[in-house]
Amino acid sequence: MTISRLCKRDTARWTLRLLLLSFLLLNACGESGPQPELRSVLNRGTGDEPESLDMHKASSTGAGDVQRDIGEGLLGFTRSGELRAAAAESWEISDDGREYTFRLRPEARWSNGDPVTAEDFVFSFQRLVDPATAALYVKSVDSIENAGEIMAGKLLPAALGVSAVGEHELHIRLKHPVPYFLSLLTHPSTFPVHPGSVEQHGDAHARPGNHVSNGAYRLQDWQLGSHIELVRNEHYWNNAETAIDRVIHFVSPEPMSELNRYLAGELHVTHTIPPESFRQLKEERSDEVRTSASLAVYYYGFNMTIPKFAENRRLREALSMAIDRETIANDVMGRGERPAYGWVPDGTANYIARRFPYADLSKTDRQRKAKQIFQEAGYGEDNPLTIELRYNTSNIHQRIAASVQAMWKDVLGVETKLINEEFQVMLANIREKKVTEVFRLNWSGDYNDAHTFLSTLESDNPSNLTGYRSDEFDSLMDRAAQSDPDHRQILMAEAEGVLLRDHPVIPLYFYVNKSMVSRQVEGWGDNVLNYHYSQHLSLTTED
Amino acid sequence: MLRYAFLRILGAIPTLLLVIAIAFLMVHAAPGGPFDSERQLPPDIEENIERAYHLDESIPRQFIRYINGVVRGDLGPSYRYREFSVSEVIGSAIPVTMTIGLLAFLLALTVGISAGLVAGLRKNTVLDRMITAVAMIGISVPVFVFAPLMILVFAVTLKWLPASFAGGSGVDRLLLPVVALALPQIAYIARLTRASLIDVMNSDYVRTARAQGLGTASIVRYHALKPTMLPLVSYLGPAFAAVLTGSVVVEHVFGIPGVGRFLVTSAMNRDYTLVLGITIFYAAMVIVLNLVVDLFYAFLDPRIRSR
Repeated sequence: MTISRLCKRDTARWTLRLLLLSFLLLNACGESGPQPELRSVLNRGTGDEPESLDMHKASSTGAGDVQRDIGEGLLGFTRSGELRAAAAESWEISDDGREYTFRLRPEARWSNGDPVTAEDFVFSFQRLVDPATAALYVKSVDSIENAGEIMAGKLLPAALGVSAVGEHELHIRLKHPVPYFLSLLTHPSTFPVHPGSVEQHGDAHARPGNHVSNGAYRLQDWQLGSHIELVRNEHYWNNAETAIDRVIHFVSPEPMSELNRYLAGELHVTHTIPPESFRQLKEERSDEVRTSASLAVYYYGFNMTIPKFAENRRLREALSMAIDRETIANDVMGRGERPAYGWVPDGTANYIARRFPYADLSKTDRQRKAKQIFQEAGYGEDNPLTIELRYNTSNIHQRIAASVQAMWKDVLGVETKLINEEFQVMLANIREKKVTEVFRLNWSGDYNDAHTFLSTLESDNPSNLTGYRSDEFDSLMDRAAQSDPDHRQILMAEAEGVLLRDHPVIPLYFYVNKSMVSRQVEGWGDNVLNYHYSQHLSLTTED
Repeated sequence: MLRYAFLRILGAIPTLLLVIAIAFLMVHAAPGGPFDSERQLPPDIEENIERAYHLDESIPRQFIRYINGVVRGDLGPSYRYREFSVSEVIGSAIPVTMTIGLLAFLLALTVGISAGLVAGLRKNTVLDRMITAVAMIGISVPVFVFAPLMILVFAVTLKWLPASFAGGSGVDRLLLPVVALALPQIAYIARLTRASLIDVMNSDYVRTARAQGLGTASIVRYHALKPTMLPLVSYLGPAFAAVLTGSVVVEHVFGIPGVGRFLVTSAMNRDYTLVLGITIFYAAMVIVLNLVVDLFYAFLDPRIRSR
């Protein structure tokens, strides 16, 4: 026998075995893919995997996208981001702004055909504040009467200021007037959960097979790490207006992989666009690139508990002034990000955002002034400054930090040491407030109101990671909370003025929402909150 | 042999316990916790959550609670995926990782051994040089370069195959990941086989066989093949483990819901129970694979068996 024959025989035998085994294995795992042959299927990239679909146990944006498809709160948003009636068809607010009365749609149904009642909402709000639920997101309800006491275990959930009058009327009492309360009711944490399912399945009620929901879609399947499949809720009150039969939210944590999937035709919509591909896509597929202003700010925070920064406002101001925000927003990022000269993003509802006084100076004037203030702060060639700048591992953060390092060096002669840490490590260090000097973070608004940005820097807000404490700022915010809408805006703008004077943070840019949206998708509306309900979308057959 | 296997498995239990203990301490020592984010929770809420997940207890207590669960086969709830238990998460991921791993392993074996034998027998010919060169490329080009490149060519440009696991079905969606995963192993196995065959072909007993007038084919078939496989067999255990754990990158690039991807995300999320569950799975697998290799070795080499 020659060698080649021998090799051939062995190869043939191996190939046969391999084929047989592959066939068996493929049969075992070939079934689990979503079935794409249905007539109207929307494939969406949804970023990170939702941590839960229980309305009371999730807080991530990925979960919110799915929850807005399967659930429905008292109110919702239109395509362009205006408030609209949802499970409630109308509502009234008392003159003192503390009593809300909602009339629910009598035709609203759960996905199992049960009517959606006011009692269901009472049950859900009580479950949300019940300490035993261990809900992660409670901001939407902490202004409701007794919510704080219930969450602290001092009162029982039944004491919550939410009550039902008959089947279709719901009353909510607040501790104090909250002008943006209606927009809080669009958050999935305020969506109702089906009491019967919760009683029957407990925490497992939000799993496929158990889940009963009141939105345009219901949960069909959840393949961990892969996708969540939703199908039309035939009982939904507005089912006739819903065009798409099936929605598949694909887990897509990697922007580049997500884009490849989009380019290969596997997704209709992506959740983001990677910065390195943005320019090329904008040139080649400009009608598919959708961007809109976002309610989120990228910032550097100072550790205000160390003397270096706590006692030197001029230093903080000089460091902020020396940064060329245009370069960062347009050249380093370049996806439509806007340079941030204030803390509250432009486009926030009912609010005229404040800006740093130096926002309108030319670059050279600004740099000259920065140098002068830096010297007034006590630094210069004879007393040079070194700073540590901490950011979490990511290409984008690294590039921005390197740019800022160069700007501080050029303009002020500051030596900056860049420290790159894994996110949780960085967060733990920021909270400890010992080693951290300057750190990178971002803040995205929970609701479309300046309050969501300003309140994060109140002295006692747990999310205030700088350690900034200002009685002046706090008292303006307190007064704003107790004022009528017009006066409230003025007071909040004044509070922002204090913030911009004190410089506990350096806002760098305001984010932009960016998605690839296929030409097949109709009904996509750009809005600041980046909410895109699948029930508003439809698919055309043309490619 | 059975007794030997039984003793080995018994000996693996303390190893496994030690692995769990070290992993438990390490995940808890890492800064941050499963519910930390830039949105710091109000203290009351944080307490409620910590109580619900027993994170308010001391570390030794948490460890005892955990070991108690593991002994009873309960790996606990996932802190991140609140609707799922760790066993469910791992249970859903193992078949995927195993399928892709096994297919890649078989592909690596067939292609690698064949290429290695051909190269070894045609030593220093053009064919040998070509195979060696391709193997060098296979070893040097990392998967995270090769895999996206394959997606660009076969999914985005040619549109022959899906760009992701979830985007296709059946054989289609397995092809690219399996090839990407097998490639470095093909290269290793080919080089190993080539070197081993050349070594064996130069040994005294092969020379004796040749002197007795046997042809190359018979020598390879009856005298050289088994000893050639010996170094390969000891590499197979680590190779299979490498294929399974090495799938981390491949799973990430192709969006495959396998064990490796959950290991990475759970570590990032500080999902303590899931990290530990996957660590236990990997440790148990490596222990079992090593045992299998040792047993196989004994089967191949009579000298070991008689000892």
